[in-house]
Amino acid sequence: MGDVSGFHFQVVAALIFMIGALGVLVRRNIIVMFMSIELMLNAANLSLVSFSREIGNDQGQIFAFLVMVVAAVEVAVGLAIIISLVRNRDTVNIEDTSQMKW
Amino acid sequence: MATSTVFVAIFLFALVLLAFAPVMTWVERKQSALMQDRIGANRASILGFKALGLIHPLADVIKMITKEDTVPTGAHRLLHFISPFIAVVPAIISFAVIPYGGVYEMWGAHVSLTVADLDYGVLYVFAVGSIATYGSMLAGWAGNNNFGMLGSIRVSAQMISYEVALGITVVGLFMIFGTLKLSDMGVLQQETFRLFGFLEHFGWVAPDTKWIDWITIPMWGIVLQPLPFFMFLTALMAENKRAPFDTPEGESEIVAGYFIEYSGMKFGLYMMGEWIEVVVIAALLTAMFLGGWSIPWLREADMISGLTPILGENMANLAAMLLAVHVFLIKVIVLIFFQMLIRWSMPRFRYDQVMNLGWKILLPLSLANIVITALGILIVQEVTH
Amino acid sequence: MRTALFWVFSAAAVLSALGVIGNVRTPINSALSLVVSMLALAGLYVLLEAQFVGLIQVMVYAGAIVVLFLFVIMLLNLRGSGAIGAETQPIMKAIGALVAGGATLWLVRTLAAGRAPWPDVDDGFGTTRAIGEALYTDYVLSVQVAGVLLLAGIVAAVVLAKKKID
Repeated sequence: MGDVSGFHFQVVAALIFMIGALGVLVRRNIIVMFMSIELMLNAANLSLVSFSREIGNDQGQIFAFLVMVVAAVEVAVGLAIIISLVRNRDTVNIEDTSQMKW
Repeated sequence: MATSTVFVAIFLFALVLLAFAPVMTWVERKQSALMQDRIGANRASILGFKALGLIHPLADVIKMITKEDTVPTGAHRLLHFISPFIAVVPAIISFAVIPYGGVYEMWGAHVSLTVADLDYGVLYVFAVGSIATYGSMLAGWAGNNNFGMLGSIRVSAQMISYEVALGITVVGLFMIFGTLKLSDMGVLQQETFRLFGFLEHFGWVAPDTKWIDWITIPMWGIVLQPLPFFMFLTALMAENKRAPFDTPEGESEIVAGYFIEYSGMKFGLYMMGEWIEVVVIAALLTAMFLGGWSIPWLREADMISGLTPILGENMANLAAMLLAVHVFLIKVIVLIFFQMLIRWSMPRFRYDQVMNLGWKILLPLSLANIVITALGILIVQEVTH
Repeated sequence: MRTALFWVFSAAAVLSALGVIGNVRTPINSALSLVVSMLALAGLYVLLEAQFVGLIQVMVYAGAIVVLFLFVIMLLNLRGSGAIGAETQPIMKAIGALVAGGATLWLVRTLAAGRAPWPDVDDGFGTTRAIGEALYTDYVLSVQVAGVLLLAGIVAAVVLAKKKID
């Protein structure tokens, strides 16, 4: 692969991770925050797979596969929580669910 | 990969696709007419030639293209525009891994009759099929219509439920064949096994009996895994949203469900996608379960080496290639006929019956099939050593 | 050719990630940008010789997880509730973008230290067979634990999303 090295893939992963983190911090819509969390997980996966290729070992890919399994479970449970939350509060603004803040 | 010409494969791919898609409308009309004891559509004619109703697909296309393309107010314009394409494109690109035949050496060229012979061919079809969910799901949402939304929710639930059963049903077949490559499966299905060979292994018959060697059965997928063939067919038909699984389309309940706000050629694209998917289902089942491009009990390598002294190597390969393509297409046509038969005989399932079938019947059966297949493989390996 | 593909997929991934967080009209637009991002990442995985992971990315992430997101958005009928309250203030966005940009630059500077050429890997690297063999021999315990986790997730999702039967 010409002039593209592992460094380039890491930069892409870092960019996507930062964009996801920015989304979690700035956005107030529950669903968009959850999607930003998925972006962060994907960026971590990209980093893992890229390192796996650099080292020549497939452990990174297996780790990435198991991260995907965990992400799938987390999405299922998280969306179930979001459904009950929105049904009860009738809002998707996360600032309206702050009853337990001091 | 050495010099490998895929031009023949691409030509076949285009031929099958472009030829089958409009002919399927004709097949649907005429076969349903035959089954229901009526004549079917036979009015369209060019200069007085009716051609058994084959002009009707042309008339349909002209009608659909010249219809007004309505976009309702309040609709999401981008989604409304691209949803038909998202529904059709996965069906078309699934053809990339279907093997019309094996690999032939003709006139110095290495001709492979598969457009893209991927190592993970079947996984590619599943991955692409899971993208097709979006085409139907976004269509109902994009139209800003309550009936459309209802159809969308039903269709997304149905499609993702049957994707689970789809993947697990064929794991038994992968375990036996040991490969995901569709052309390798086609080659492996040309082997035969002796039906009564176990008598010899257990010592119940003398080791030199001749009649045991005469009774052989080709190792087709449907012979090795009969129940998964029907489960896979069921799951694929549910993915395709054709009757009896067309609750999302609910023609009598929710007024065409998720494509209620589509008119003209966009609606035509959805219908085309469904019919192309019927051909994809038939081709996939043929390649995996019905022996692909080979005639039973006739190994292709034997045939080519047998014909080479008579016709020369190039012509022998060419003859084998033509035979393979014809056999494959005949099997595909038989399966298309079978699917149309099912579509026009069974009433539509209720939504809870569809979910029940997917989760409570297909999933446990496919898991049990994996366990039984694994046991079977272990037993056969123990006995034949 | 592969370099060009890398740039195309990377640009698509980063731009659609920006589309996920920067979309102010409806959550559906964010979800669609997420799909494009997942597909672009799957392309990057295939470029990294990780074919099995790339296919599973399309099948699981783009084909099931984002479908779940869209399903929930449709179920709750969230039309046009994209940007709410505090998000529309430009000061917040500017500060957020500055912090994110700074963190990225710092991360990139740390990463720029190591730049080794890639080793050659044999043909079986990253194929389904290799991953399957490793998963079911060396990492079989992880697979079992993942199975139990999935079961717990299924039960939890069913219990949480049920309407109360009074």
